Amino acid sequence: MVVALLLLVVVIGTVVFHFWSPWWWTPIASNWGYVDDTILITFWITGSVFVAVGLFMAYCVFRYRHQKGRQAAYEPENKKLEWWLTIGTTVGVAGMLTPGLFVWHQFVTVPDEATAIEAVGQQWQWTFRLPGKDGVLGTSDPRSISFENPFGLDPDDPNGQDDVLIEGDEVHLQLDKPVKVLLRSIDVLHDFYVPQFRAKMDMVPGMITYFWLTPTRTGTFEILCFELCGVGHYGMRGKVVVDEESDFQAWLQEQPTFAELYAQARGGTRDDVDLVLNEGESDVVEQGSVKAD
Amino acid sequence: MAYFVPTRVEEVAPAEVAEVELYHPKSWVTKYVFSQDAKVIAIQYAFTAIAIGLVALVLSWLMRLQLGFPDTFSFIGPESYLQFVTMHGMIMVIYLLTALFLGGFGNYLIPLMVGARDMVFPYVNMLSYWVYLLAVLVLVASFLVPGGPTGAGWTLYPPQAILSGTPGGQGAGIILMLVSLALFIVGFTMGGLNYVVTVLQARTRGMTLMRMPLTVWGIFVATILALLAFPALFVGAVMMTLDRILGTSFFMPVIVELGEQLEYGGGSPVLFQHLFWFFGHPEVYIVALPGFGIVSDLIATHARRNIFGYRMMVWAIVIIGGLSFVVWAHHMYVSGMNPYFGFFFATTTLIIAVPTAIKVYNWVLTLWRGNIHLTVPMLFAIAFIITFVNGGLTGLFLGNAVVDVPLSDTMFVVAHFHMVMGVAPILVIFGAIYHWYPKMTGRMLNNVLGQLHFWVTFLGAYAIYLPMHYLGLLGVPRRYYEIGETEFIPQSAETLNAFITVVALIVGFAQLVFLFNLVWSAFKGKLAGSNPWGATTLEWQTPETPPGHGNWGPTLPVVYRWAYDYSVPGAGQDFLPQNLPPDEVPGEGGQKGLSDVAAQPAE
Repeated sequence: MVVALLLLVVVIGTVVFHFWSPWWWTPIASNWGYVDDTILITFWITGSVFVAVGLFMAYCVFRYRHQKGRQAAYEPENKKLEWWLTIGTTVGVAGMLTPGLFVWHQFVTVPDEATAIEAVGQQWQWTFRLPGKDGVLGTSDPRSISFENPFGLDPDDPNGQDDVLIEGDEVHLQLDKPVKVLLRSIDVLHDFYVPQFRAKMDMVPGMITYFWLTPTRTGTFEILCFELCGVGHYGMRGKVVVDEESDFQAWLQEQPTFAELYAQARGGTRDDVDLVLNEGESDVVEQGSVKAD
Repeated sequence: MAYFVPTRVEEVAPAEVAEVELYHPKSWVTKYVFSQDAKVIAIQYAFTAIAIGLVALVLSWLMRLQLGFPDTFSFIGPESYLQFVTMHGMIMVIYLLTALFLGGFGNYLIPLMVGARDMVFPYVNMLSYWVYLLAVLVLVASFLVPGGPTGAGWTLYPPQAILSGTPGGQGAGIILMLVSLALFIVGFTMGGLNYVVTVLQARTRGMTLMRMPLTVWGIFVATILALLAFPALFVGAVMMTLDRILGTSFFMPVIVELGEQLEYGGGSPVLFQHLFWFFGHPEVYIVALPGFGIVSDLIATHARRNIFGYRMMVWAIVIIGGLSFVVWAHHMYVSGMNPYFGFFFATTTLIIAVPTAIKVYNWVLTLWRGNIHLTVPMLFAIAFIITFVNGGLTGLFLGNAVVDVPLSDTMFVVAHFHMVMGVAPILVIFGAIYHWYPKMTGRMLNNVLGQLHFWVTFLGAYAIYLPMHYLGLLGVPRRYYEIGETEFIPQSAETLNAFITVVALIVGFAQLVFLFNLVWSAFKGKLAGSNPWGATTLEWQTPETPPGHGNWGPTLPVVYRWAYDYSVPGAGQDFLPQNLPPDEVPGEGGQKGLSDVAAQPAE
């Protein structure tokens, strides 16, 4: 009796806790509402199973507890019942897998119109790179990383000259524009996650990984590292600011390019962009492109 | 002419082949130290596993102190925290759970339950324990070397595991961990061959595979999984050791560590993850399947009812075992592997839920229309069902690739695997110890202490891990020394962390009640007799309790029925031992020889 009651308390208590708990996901700031929806579907299906099994068990513990004269039934199997339970379970599982795979398909299919941005992870900080006016990120190689070239970009690649480099830990994204976040690590595994975005992917040294999202509200959101990367893992934080278009452009204009920083690091000023451009074998020269500030 | 129907079953010889001479120890050392008797080896495994498990329990208290009360305990720094996390995890999964289920329960129960005198390779079996002990000592040694033990997380992902930003990475810590794992695998291969071959070859006459108790099926299939899965961990450990010691680059790409180019290049960190999880996923079933088998027998015995759907239960164990090899990359959805793998692994992972659910239904259907004695083993079995259903269902969130994306590496994952692997199987272990202690010692464990231990452990563990899921939903990460300042995590989360810590300490200390009970009852416990629970399985039918060397006396038992003849209609008692000859089955009112109950279901 007591046991059955306590089982009931555990089952009902779990449901009550779920609905009354103040600890729930933080409000979403991206297009991945479908992920939240799939989680809700999963809660409904798994929650029903948990309640059904728990209540039935509490009932059995009460109803069939040992009493003088009770004899258990002898029934090695019941093929029909087992068959129906299998079918029901399969239907429930399909009910979760179907939306799940549908949304996964969206998750792995980057829209054509997405712009690129690169996040670089290293022990224990974030830096970022945007493709600049040509819309193409320059090639990179960790072997090229040096004091003058902390991003390891290829100085001979014209696509990289106008790449916007953000050496601090705060990056901006444009509201309502899909963006493919390319992920690079130069030392160990990291993971770029903004809980409000609901999308993440590990950063793997030796590979370029990615995920995509469309930010759907403005605000400042925290980046946390979500793959153990050593003692500084818990302190590896950054910020993403989602801006309206005009604010985003204003911010972008203020950021230096690879060409400027590279020139500056090699002893010139940021105005000495020509020095760099003329040194290389490239015959593509940006026309009045970057505003040296 | 008269038609003669014999009412007596013919005498059946116990074996067609003469028994192999069993090894007989001559001295105290060969009887109790370097023993080849599986029962002694089992107890050695159990003692060692529980001892190192208690170390891991203390490590968990230290972790919880830091999480519940950050900025309070200055002796717990970020490095130590990661070392506690890592060693706690590795010890619990491998050195406690795997060792206790396979080495402890496997060694004790398999020969007895199949009617054998011992394992088929007793000398190798003995060696397997000493290799396991050596592995444990090497692991403990890593606490004592400069730099301390590894803090790479129990998953030991490269490159960080062997680099200087991780505790033990550039010291002996990681090397000792990898060597210890390799030794463990060697020892468990030796043991595993014993368990598998004994089940296949040493069953006594009449003990067909489909008459074996589910405990044996669970441990048997788990051992097959271990023999096939551990090699992947072994090679991963060897390759990582080479990367660390010789500077090879199996898992190491070009790395610029804190400004310095290292001499690695061309390796793949994701390769390690595939190898690790190809082992790692079957590993969780190596822990779960023995638990499934044991809990089936606990429920059947204490509810006096045959396990519902025995045949499906066996198939479910086999299918789960097989499928467990094709789900591994559900641990890698955000690893950067080919995104299309997500479709395959999410599908296989959710398919494996079906045979698992069937097992749950069958456990509950065994309680239905049963005659439930709420003994301490039964209480633990019931608690297992609730916590396993909870933990298994949260697995469906994580297995569904896109749902895993926001939840991976959060406290939701930590809550899930603790509930399904830490709480549920541990509850089975407790239930199993309360159940078989009378067979091993001849005395019952104290019932009042058992009830106290049960309620604090079950309700406490549930109160620890249920709310933890919601921290994960919030976005609180795992393996974080402290949450620190964030905008999106409310102050109440820190209060919750403190609450969880307090409950964890209470549950931890409650285990002292259990340890005391184990020792006290060995001397003062109520005498149990040979079969206090009225169980049908062979281990309860030995001529001596505890069973003597050779288990069965001069003649091996002969088996006439499956393991679940409880409450058979028309029988004079509510259980029929597997080796009870049909002509000795008591009829209602006490007549012997009621031959219609001798007809057995299903082989």
